[in-house]
Amino acid sequence: MTVTRRALLAGTAATLAAPALVRAQGSGVLRVGEVNSYTAQPAFTLPYRNGWQLAVAQVNAAGGVLGRKLEVLSRDDAGQPQNATRLAGELLGDNHADLLAGGFLSNVGLALSDYALQNKALYVAGEPLADALVWEKGNPNTFRLRPDTYMQVAMLMQEAAKLPAKRWVTVAPNYEYGQSCVKWFKQMMAKVRPDVTVVAEQWPALGKLDAGPTVAALEQAKPEGIFNVLFGGDLTAFVRAANTRGLFEGRSVVSVLTGEPEYLDPLGDEAPEGWLVTGYPWDQLKTPDNTKFVEDYRAMFKEPPRMGSVVGYTLIHAIVAGVARAGATDLPALIKGFAGAQFDTPFGSANFRSIDHQSTLGAFVGSTALVGGKGAMKDWHYVDGATVMPTDDFVRNVRPA
Amino acid sequence: MGFLLSQALTALASASSLFLVAAGLTVIFGVTRVVNFAHGSLTMLGAYVAWTILRHLPRDPASFCLGVLATTLALAALGALLEMTLLRRIYRAPELFQLLATFGVVLMVQDATLHIWGPDDLSLPRPPWMRGFVTLLDQRFPQYDLYLIAAGPVVLALLWLVLNRTRWGRLVRAATQDREMVACLGVDQRVLFTTVFALGSALAGLAGALALPDGSANLGIDLSVVTEAFVVVVIGGLGSVPGAYLASLLIAGLQAVGIVVLPKITLVLVFLVMAAVLTVRPNGLLGRPVAAAAVLGAQPPVRPSSPALRWVGVVLLLLFVLAPLVAPSWILAIGTEAAVAVLFAASLHFMMGPGGMPSFGHAAWFGIGAYAAALSATVLAAPMPLALLLAPVAAGVIAGAFGAVVVRLSGIYLAMLTLAFAQIVWAIAFQSVGLTGGDNGILGVWPPGWVASPARFYWLTLALCAGGTLLLRRVLYAPLGYAIRATRDAPARADAIGLPSNAIRVVAVTVSGAAAGLAGAIFTFAHGSAFPTYVSIPRSVDALLMVLLGGVGTMTGPIIGALAYTGLSDLLLRATELWRFVLGAAIVALVLLFPAGLAGAFAGRHGDA
Repeated sequence: MTVTRRALLAGTAATLAAPALVRAQGSGVLRVGEVNSYTAQPAFTLPYRNGWQLAVAQVNAAGGVLGRKLEVLSRDDAGQPQNATRLAGELLGDNHADLLAGGFLSNVGLALSDYALQNKALYVAGEPLADALVWEKGNPNTFRLRPDTYMQVAMLMQEAAKLPAKRWVTVAPNYEYGQSCVKWFKQMMAKVRPDVTVVAEQWPALGKLDAGPTVAALEQAKPEGIFNVLFGGDLTAFVRAANTRGLFEGRSVVSVLTGEPEYLDPLGDEAPEGWLVTGYPWDQLKTPDNTKFVEDYRAMFKEPPRMGSVVGYTLIHAIVAGVARAGATDLPALIKGFAGAQFDTPFGSANFRSIDHQSTLGAFVGSTALVGGKGAMKDWHYVDGATVMPTDDFVRNVRPA
Repeated sequence: MGFLLSQALTALASASSLFLVAAGLTVIFGVTRVVNFAHGSLTMLGAYVAWTILRHLPRDPASFCLGVLATTLALAALGALLEMTLLRRIYRAPELFQLLATFGVVLMVQDATLHIWGPDDLSLPRPPWMRGFVTLLDQRFPQYDLYLIAAGPVVLALLWLVLNRTRWGRLVRAATQDREMVACLGVDQRVLFTTVFALGSALAGLAGALALPDGSANLGIDLSVVTEAFVVVVIGGLGSVPGAYLASLLIAGLQAVGIVVLPKITLVLVFLVMAAVLTVRPNGLLGRPVAAAAVLGAQPPVRPSSPALRWVGVVLLLLFVLAPLVAPSWILAIGTEAAVAVLFAASLHFMMGPGGMPSFGHAAWFGIGAYAAALSATVLAAPMPLALLLAPVAAGVIAGAFGAVVVRLSGIYLAMLTLAFAQIVWAIAFQSVGLTGGDNGILGVWPPGWVASPARFYWLTLALCAGGTLLLRRVLYAPLGYAIRATRDAPARADAIGLPSNAIRVVAVTVSGAAAGLAGAIFTFAHGSAFPTYVSIPRSVDALLMVLLGGVGTMTGPIIGALAYTGLSDLLLRATELWRFVLGAAIVALVLLFPAGLAGAFAGRHGDA
C-alpha cells in the first residue's frame, strides 16, 4: 500500500515538474505557487503534501474556484530561504502562479513574505510560527494560517497559570522559535503570576541535544515546573533521559506542540503522562468536520493524518475561500478578499483577521496520557485562536503601518 | 557534590559516545588519508540497521548485544563494499578529492534512508534494564550510561591490542607513518585499506547502535555527528586513537560544565575548544606533523590558458551577457546564482590552489560580506554601491586578521581552523538577535530602482562577478601571484630568496576573503536578505565541491566547477523528488570519470594526477 502512495506521489511530482504541461492548460486555471522544505523536513512536509493534495482533489471535484480549476505548483526549497525566494520568482514569473503559499521554517516564511511584498504578490503562509511574520515584519500581502508562538503559549497559559508550581525552568532549542516561546512564557507568566520565578534556562542547539547533562542541570535547579519547547529527535532523547533520571516526577510540565501526533507518536511507551500540551487528538475528535476529514484522508492515503496534514488541507481551503471572496486574482482584490475571509477547517470555522492577517485557527489544549502503550491527549478542549490574541492596540503598535 | 559526580559520570558517558564515532574516522584517515565525509552517514545507517534488527529480537541484554554485534558486522560489510567500489579507484587523485566522492555518498545515503525507513523518527521501546538507574549521593544515574562509560575504554583497549599486538596492526601503523614504504615492502595495500575501512565503518555502526536506546534513529544524525567527529579527530591529532579518546573526554567534560554555566554556548563550544587547542598545539593533542603538501599533493605550475580556451571563455561570457534578451526570468535567476557561485568558487580556489591553503569554512567570508552589505544598507542606510564596496573591505580586513593568526598552520589543520572560525561567525549571526535578527535574518535589502529589474541586476552581477574573477586571475599572473605560488611549492626556498612567506600568505587570505565577501554582498541584494544559512557548513561545502569538481590545478577549474554544480543541482532540484540521490550519484560518477576534476580532464592532464 505504501508503494501505491509513493507511485502516486511520484506521478504527481512528475506532473508538477513539467511546466510545459501546465502552460498548455491556458488561463482557465488558478495556480498556487507552493514552496516548502520537502527534502529537509520530510516528517512534516510529507503528511502536509498529502493534506493539500486531498483538498485540491475536493475543490476540483466541486468545480474549482471562480469557475477555474485549482492547480498547485509545488517546489522544494531544501530548507534554505535563499532557494525559496528564487523558486518564488520562478513560480510568479515563468509559471504564472496567481499567488504564493507554503513554508515550514520561520526564516523561509519571512523570506517569502518579504519577497511577496517586494514583487507585489500575495503570500499565504501555512506552518511558519514566527510572530514577526504578522507583527514586527508583517506586510499587507502576507496571511498566515497556524497559531503563532504567541498564541501557542497563550493557549497553554490559561491552564498553566492555575498550576501550583512557583519555581520554573525552561528548555528550548536555541533558535528563533525556541527563544520566542520562552520569551512569551516568561512575560505572560510574570503578568498573571507575580510569585513565579524562572530559575534556570537550557538552550541546546537544535538537533544536537546532549540529553544527560541538560536533564541533570535542570534537575539541579530543583524546579517545581518545567516549560518545554523541544520537539522531534531532541524531544525523544530528552524524555528518555528525564524518565530514567526521574526529572518529571512530582513536577508540572508545560510543553508546546507535544500533543501533535508527529511529536507524540515517536515517544512510544515513554510518552510522559500529565503534561499540559497543545496538539491534535485526531482519533478522539468526533466532530462531523474532523470525522469527514479523517475518513477522506485515510481513504486516499491509507494512513492516519498528522497535524501537518491538517495544515496542508486547511491551507488550500483557506486560499480557495479567500480567492472566492476576492472574485478576482489581482493583488488589491486578493488582499481585500482574504482579509476577513471565512473558511472551514477540520477544527471548525476560522477566518483571516483584518488587523494583522493572522487566521483564527486554534489548537487543542489538554494533558498527555498513556493509552495502550502509546501517548495520547486527554481532557482536551479546543481553544479558538481568536480568544488568545493580544489587544488590537498591541498589534497596531508592533505592526508597521 | 552528588550533582558534580553525576555530571562527571555523564561526561564520561558522552565522551564514550563521541569517541566511538571519532575512533572509526581517525583510523580511516590515519591509513587511507581519506577525509571521509560519509562517516556520519555510516553512523546513521548503524542506528537504522540496529533499529531494524533489534525490533525483531527479545529485549534481554544478551539479545541486545547480539543485535549490536550484527549491526557492527553489517556496517563493516557495507564499509568494505564502499571502499572496493568507490574509494579504491580514486586513491591516486589529489588527496582532498576523496572528500568530494564521500560527499556524494552522503547525499545518496540521505535519500536512500528516507525511502527505506520513511521520514519518521524511529525509536526502540526500552526494556526495564535499559531504564534502570543507580542512586549515587542522592542523584539518579542511568544504568545504561554506566555501560556506555565502559564501552569507550573497552573499544580503546581492543583497538590498541589489535593495532599493537597483531601483524595486521603493525602493517596499519606502518601505513599510517609511511604508506609508500609499506607498498615498497610488498604489502598488499588493497587488502589493508579495505579492512581498515571496514573496521572504521564497523565502529561507526557500533556508535549508531549504542546511541539508539537513548534517542531515535532519525535523518539528522549524519550531519550532526560528522562535524563533531571531525573536530574530535583534529583535536586529538589525525590518526591517533588515544588522542581521539583524550579529545572526547576534553569536549564532553567542557560541555557538561558549559551547559550549567553558559547554556547558550553549547552551539559553538566544540569549535572554540578546537581553535584553542590548535593555536597551542598545531597538530592536535597527540598528532604528528603532517607534511604541508600532503593535503593537495605537489601542484604543477599554473599555465596561462591556451588561445582556444580563451576564445571559449569569451564566447561563453558573451552568451551570458546576451542571455536577458531571450531567456525567461528563471534562467536569469539561475544565471545570477551561477555568477555569484563562480566568484565564490574562484575566491576559494585562489586560497586553496595557488595559495595551497585549503579551507573548510570559506562561507565565513561570504557570510561576513553578506551581513556587512545587509547591515550597511539597513542600519547605516548606505546606498547599494557603497554597501557593495564596504562588504569586501569588511570581509578582507577580517580575513586578513584571521590569516595573520593561522598562517603558521598547514594542511588539514588549517582547513579545520577555518571551519571553526566559520562556525563562530555563524553562531554570532545566529545568536545576536538584536543586530542580525538571528535565525530570521535581515530582510528587505533590495537593490534600488535603477537596477531592480531582473535583467539589469543580472547584468550588474555578471559585471561584478566576471570582473572579480578576472581580477583574481590577473593577480595570479602578477608578481604577487608568483610569490604566492612560490611559498606554496617551496617555502624554504621562498624564504631563502627573501620572500616574506607569512606576509604573502596573509595577503592571499585577505584577497580571497574580500572576493568571497563581494560574492556574499551581491547574493544578499539578489535575494533581498541575509540569513545565517549563508555562513553555514553546507555553504562552505558547496564552495569546496565546486572547486574540487572543476579541479584545483587550473584557473578554469573553479569556473567550470561552479557552473556545473549550480546547473546540475538546480536542474535536479526541479526535475526529481530524488534530487539528492541523483546529485550524489552524479558527483560520484564525475569523480570516477575525471579524477583530476572537469577542467583537469579537458586539459588532458589527468594521466599524471
